[in-house]
Amino acid sequence: MANDPFDYAPAPESRSVVDIKSSYGLFINGEFVAGGGKSFKTISPSTEEVLSEVAEADADDVDKAVKAARRAYSRVWSRMSGAERGKYLFRIARIIQERAREIAVLESIDNGKPIKESRDVDIPTAAAHFFYYAGWADKLEHAGFGPDPQSLGVAGQVIPWNFPFLMLAWKIAPALATGNTVVLKPAETTPLTALLFAEICQQADLPPGVVNIVTGAGTTGQALVSHEDVDKVAFTGSTAVGRAIARAVAGSRKKVTLELGGKAANIVFDDAPIDQAIEGIVTGIFFNQGHVCCAGSRLLVQESVAEEVLERLKRRMGTLRVGDPLDKNTDVGAINSDRQLQRIRELADVGEAEGAGRWSPTCDLPDHGFWFPPTIFTGVSQAHRIAREEIFGPVLSVLTFRTPKEAVEKANNTPYGLSAGIWSDKGSRTLWMAGQLRAGVVWSNTFNKFDPASPFGGYKESGYGREGGRHGLEGYLKGGQ
Amino acid sequence: MVRTSSRTTERIDVRKTYKLYVGGSFPRSESGRSYAVTDARGRFWANASHASRKDARDAVTAARSAFGGWSARPAYNRGQVVYRIAEVLEDRRDQFEAELRAAEGATAAKARAQVDASVDRLVWYAGWADKLAQVTGGANPVAGPYFNHTAPEPSGVVAVVAPTSPLLGLVSVVAPVIVTGNTAVVIASEPYPLTSITLAEVMATSDVPGGVVNVLTGPQAEIAPWLASHMDVNGIDLTGVGDVELGRNLEIEAAENLKRVRRPGVEDLLATPALDRMTTFQEHKTVWHPMGL
Repeated sequence: MANDPFDYAPAPESRSVVDIKSSYGLFINGEFVAGGGKSFKTISPSTEEVLSEVAEADADDVDKAVKAARRAYSRVWSRMSGAERGKYLFRIARIIQERAREIAVLESIDNGKPIKESRDVDIPTAAAHFFYYAGWADKLEHAGFGPDPQSLGVAGQVIPWNFPFLMLAWKIAPALATGNTVVLKPAETTPLTALLFAEICQQADLPPGVVNIVTGAGTTGQALVSHEDVDKVAFTGSTAVGRAIARAVAGSRKKVTLELGGKAANIVFDDAPIDQAIEGIVTGIFFNQGHVCCAGSRLLVQESVAEEVLERLKRRMGTLRVGDPLDKNTDVGAINSDRQLQRIRELADVGEAEGAGRWSPTCDLPDHGFWFPPTIFTGVSQAHRIAREEIFGPVLSVLTFRTPKEAVEKANNTPYGLSAGIWSDKGSRTLWMAGQLRAGVVWSNTFNKFDPASPFGGYKESGYGREGGRHGLEGYLKGGQ
Repeated sequence: MVRTSSRTTERIDVRKTYKLYVGGSFPRSESGRSYAVTDARGRFWANASHASRKDARDAVTAARSAFGGWSARPAYNRGQVVYRIAEVLEDRRDQFEAELRAAEGATAAKARAQVDASVDRLVWYAGWADKLAQVTGGANPVAGPYFNHTAPEPSGVVAVVAPTSPLLGLVSVVAPVIVTGNTAVVIASEPYPLTSITLAEVMATSDVPGGVVNVLTGPQAEIAPWLASHMDVNGIDLTGVGDVELGRNLEIEAAENLKRVRRPGVEDLLATPALDRMTTFQEHKTVWHPMGL
């Protein structure tokens, strides 16, 4: 329709700012080295184009990286003053800001997320995270963890593919600020921005071995977290893998933080500001294609407004633009991998088979790449798998409630406890609800907001430990556990 | 009660039956089992209950039922209840000193020091009830028009394997767990269970609501795995686990529902504690509120 106000002309961001090499090695002790193992291809999920061949670190490679981190820890990093460590982190923050465009474009190419998200959220927040923790490095004795807080040593960190660069920042910034050195494994499908970060470390003249990047899949991650010279394990990813890590470190000295899955309730009361709530529901589940552990994947809407909310939600979903991640007008990008697409399809099919009503707006999906339209399910009961399992895709399950107490019961009826949302214009009610919800992050009349000063992490099977803020230091200092 | 020699007295002692402490009551083990406990000289003292899997599960049910009410109480009130335990313990200090001397063969001075430290520890933790949130929580200066605030909350039901020391050890591991609003299922000192049950009597008469603290006696290697693998337990404190292999296995069991775990090991119980016995079993909740006209 030519007169459709939402019919936008293509506005692609240029790829010329990034330079992807045909192959990458591992970043160990300050330089790129060939891995002893095999290599794997990383592809663009929006086109299925092969972007690069990346080394798959085997156990020997991981051992080399841990040894480099140990050397850097004992010879350089643990002896350096906090003020000097902080200056390296400030440098890194500045270089991220300077190269923000390049990192954002590369992230969208490798991950499939819309450029407006990587440009406006992921990369600026990553820079802010380094800037925030840089300032802590020389103030740790004031952080409330005793008069003389001590670093742990070598941190083994494993991050997911949904926010590759931002999760790297969440892991590396507090680890370095507290005086630890790092071996980080990015996700198999999104290694490229972590390898770009290795270049940033070189530009910052970070001492060799303080940050090491080992690419690979699950076996590389296993080798890292179970390496006996690793003092700290930090993991963000699925609850199943988190559980396996908790078992693997049992009986060891390793300190562990786990940021795992979620099935957040986004609760809309009849007195909610409906327009804002609709935007919050959309942000809650369709931001980053729903590849968000804290996504508001269960909409709990009060019965008296359910019809109106659903109608307006559907209308709003009709205006979402799904497509080229590099197009500046794109709202929903590509599903990160074929494997994840299969998982989303499977659970959506189960939702239909179990009797829930499926709806998606009409949208033309590209011929190549991995795509799934924004989808809602109505008539969902608490027993349905789509109300219980994390789908990790743009799929919303809608349930209804009558009283605030019923909303609390339903919201808390999950083994997860990462986040929740509340929409109501009544202040006392939002505060009461926030107190009742067993979740680590509660967004009241907003959703999916992140900030380096704001602690993030879950209750129950969503894991333990906090990332961000003063609380984020604790997982990298001795004491506790 | 400590048994006095019946041969030198004219009347026969009325002995106390030492049972479990579950849901505010003192039931025997449903299994009907017990084990003989001797005093420091090796003389028979009493039969302690040998708790079973069913007792452990009953205790978790009691702790879960008590959690909602206990965690919802004002921190000031929880502080007063823990302070009340200290008061009643001080009041019954002669009995505890006598029991410690009989059980462990402690000197009078050492027994007195243990009771002193236990009372003082309770007072110390009681005072934390309404202060910890100000120390570990607070407002976060986020870059946007939001009021962003972090506050601690209790993890839920916490299983505790208490260390050998039956009074100071038990107080040192239980007070920090409950003062923040958790409820506890405790496996008492295996060699010296009786004093822990006497301490349960103190708690039962100190306005501690039934189910907030539950005390099981018996072999830790037998009972602890049921708690470590229990899906309605949110955290486990392995302080008193002596066997390395048992500790590892309990941590593995605890991973099934990602319990918060405190690994085995006892600090110097006479030293002033750090905050970590409280903070290990706390969650931090961060709430975002938009600001605007």
